[in-house]
Amino acid sequence: MLDRLTEYFFPKQVSTFAGDIDNLFFFIFYSSVALFFIVVFGMIYLALKYRHKKGEELELTSSKDHSNLLESLFFIIPLILVSITFVWGIRSYLKMVIVPDNAIEIKVTGQSWFWTFDYPDGGTTLNELVVPSNQPIKLVLSSKDVLHSFFIPVMRSKMDALPNRYNVMWFDATQEGVYDIFCTEYCGTGHSQMGAKVIVMKPAQYEEWANELGSDDDSVPLDELGAKLYTKKACNTCHTLDGSALVGPSYLQTSQMWGQERVFDDGTSTVIDENYIRSSILEPQTQIVAGYQGVMPTYQGLLNDRELDALIAFLKSLNEDSQI
Amino acid sequence: MSENIKQNYLNHPKGLMSWLLTLDHKRIGLMYLVSGILFFFLGGLLALVMRMELAAPGNDFISNETYNNVYTLHGAIMIFLFIIPAIPGALGNILLPLMVGAKDVAFPRLNLASFYIYSFGALFAMYTIINGGVDTGWTFYTPYSTQSTSNVVPMTLGIFIIGFSSILTGLNFIATVHKMRIPGLTWYKLPLFVWALYGTSLVQITATPVLAITMVLLILERFLGIGIFDPALGGDPVLYQHFFWFYSHPAVYIMILPAFGIISEIIPVHSRKKIWGYKFIAYSTLSIAFIGFLVWGHHMFTSGQSVFSQIVFSFITYFVGIPTGVKIFSWILTMYKGQVSFTPPMLYALSFLFLFTIGGLTGIFLGAVALDIHLHDTYFVVAHFHYVMQGGTIVAFLGGLHHWWPKTFGVMYNQTIAKICAVGVFLGFNGTFFPQFLLGLRGMPRRYATYSEEFVELHSYSTFWSGILGISIFIAVMNLFWSFIKKNKVDPGSNPWGAMTLEWTHTSSPPHPHNFEEEPVLEHGPYDYDKVIVEKTYK
Repeated sequence: MLDRLTEYFFPKQVSTFAGDIDNLFFFIFYSSVALFFIVVFGMIYLALKYRHKKGEELELTSSKDHSNLLESLFFIIPLILVSITFVWGIRSYLKMVIVPDNAIEIKVTGQSWFWTFDYPDGGTTLNELVVPSNQPIKLVLSSKDVLHSFFIPVMRSKMDALPNRYNVMWFDATQEGVYDIFCTEYCGTGHSQMGAKVIVMKPAQYEEWANELGSDDDSVPLDELGAKLYTKKACNTCHTLDGSALVGPSYLQTSQMWGQERVFDDGTSTVIDENYIRSSILEPQTQIVAGYQGVMPTYQGLLNDRELDALIAFLKSLNEDSQI
Repeated sequence: MSENIKQNYLNHPKGLMSWLLTLDHKRIGLMYLVSGILFFFLGGLLALVMRMELAAPGNDFISNETYNNVYTLHGAIMIFLFIIPAIPGALGNILLPLMVGAKDVAFPRLNLASFYIYSFGALFAMYTIINGGVDTGWTFYTPYSTQSTSNVVPMTLGIFIIGFSSILTGLNFIATVHKMRIPGLTWYKLPLFVWALYGTSLVQITATPVLAITMVLLILERFLGIGIFDPALGGDPVLYQHFFWFYSHPAVYIMILPAFGIISEIIPVHSRKKIWGYKFIAYSTLSIAFIGFLVWGHHMFTSGQSVFSQIVFSFITYFVGIPTGVKIFSWILTMYKGQVSFTPPMLYALSFLFLFTIGGLTGIFLGAVALDIHLHDTYFVVAHFHYVMQGGTIVAFLGGLHHWWPKTFGVMYNQTIAKICAVGVFLGFNGTFFPQFLLGLRGMPRRYATYSEEFVELHSYSTFWSGILGISIFIAVMNLFWSFIKKNKVDPGSNPWGAMTLEWTHTSSPPHPHNFEEEPVLEHGPYDYDKVIVEKTYK
């Protein structure tokens, strides 16, 4: 019964958390149906039972206008139901935001009116997101122009793509197949047509596909491009890769502190993530790392978005062994 | 005496200028009513154009560009030109002073000014349409709205101007409720419609300035290139969303609270029964108005705000749900041991209870963050807010019109036709919007002019019923106006529903130009059906 209803109400369940979200839906659905029938049957029953019949004299009616028992029930029962809903909603949500460590990272860029996907081993696809099954996929989203929103109904997941910061979503596809992607933030004339497909392949098949894509010459992987930019844009004059401090903090140190708090000279602090790196490249004067001088020039206009993405990818790829 | 009774606010004084420059709250209310209904029809027509386009998957009827203009104007007109100004402006203006026993609102000149400010703002909106429309959605999300070449500036300027009308009307109502009540009419003896208008007014004067500032910033950004919201200029589009929803979520309560007030009047009168939980309904109005300010972030669950914010906004959202739920139970229990008549206003009130309950319950789905992420910006949301705004507010408004029509105009409409239309509105509404819940669950996004084949069945179903809905509303309103042509007059002393509030018991229908011939003396509370028998006098 529940299975058939799920099929009727929802698209297929393809992500690991889809089943949980659909169950949450059915919990709220059945509670709501119960409350709704109490309301509607109560209403119809009272309206018919106490209807004013033709010819009946007008009378003084009951002065009863409250009942502590009933009112407490009306308060407590919905309160219990929404409390369960709230907690369930948050627990499921946390599963949707905590990205597993072994996730493959794919950069998603929205632009009026198509989607581009940058893969970790190099290569780019347009309007076709290819992923292996049974493998967590982390999508880092941004936009080149206006707001877009990346929605994969079968994964039950959605996230806005913004032009000035990165948003993250992830999923782990459980079934191979080709599924719809929609843009769900209105973005102008072509909004209705800004669809794409997600193609879920068996891991071996994906490996093959990715190798072929990576051999493409004109699309350098993000982190390789970042490595080139590191010297080309003269980052290396102030930032080392071996952990030692020059004029600015070492990339290695920043990479190792990924996800941790960084303290600034005015006593504030922030978590090191994509947004922090982006803003420290574009607006280096707003947050100065404690112990350093604020001497870095802005790179606003000197780096395009893909180049920023590349530098971030490069920085994240660093570890003790890597030397250039 | 008989000479006096013939004199009412509709026929005295005479002449066009006596209407255009009137300071009489009833005449100002009528002007709001007429303009409100015109905009309602215009917005409704645009809705039907949209449904025509969506009857089939491709661009069969209109292009993407036209569709985007049509849906933007539908939303903007319905919200900013009809729902927000029309219920407080029309029914509120006509009834508030009568219900508190006053000669007029506290500041009659300001009241007239409000109407002209509203009209002036509406002119900008009309200019927008004539000049080729606007295609940003009624939400005007940046940076699309900073970059769009359509008429963003005239439309937002219009909304900015109309905002002042809202603020001034709110101010006027608050002063009226505080200072103009007759002696003995204490807060707990006020009709609940007055409480509802009071709560609405508080939200209007506190929230509207934020919208005004947002619109000004948007206009400045477009004209002067100051980077506030557009990242290309160094701004932040998410900031715009925070500003916008900080107003627009409370605005939901500007739209629904007056409807709560109307329902709180209709149900006890047509059930001849003391209202259940008076104080609870009164205070929940104020608490909903307050909590409404703290939940705007639930419109932004997919914008990338922090996990902590998501949790907090989800939590507070449920606190609006609980008092609203208890209100619904109170209205239903009001009928217990009453004498319920199935009059046209009562049919609208009952259908409000049915539809608004669905609207409210579906809000619970959207408040759960994990589920909202799937449903966000899909047809589920479209269906949800139409169940609240149309199934709730507009159905209550139609009920209110039918309830106070004989009072306002001294004429009675054809009640049989009115009942048939009420049923037609109910069926047409459910037929139109219920399938949209399913569309949303299956993943159909909002604001699409075209869609894939899998959604066609539900969409064409929705389009078919929208025709029934449109026709029912049109006939219902025409039936009201037909009562003028038919001259189906009621006696000036008529009280066809046996209501107890001052506008029914102490003044004629239509009311005297100065409302009451002498200051009314309060004899009983608004819903004392357990203490006094008020006869239903009709004809």
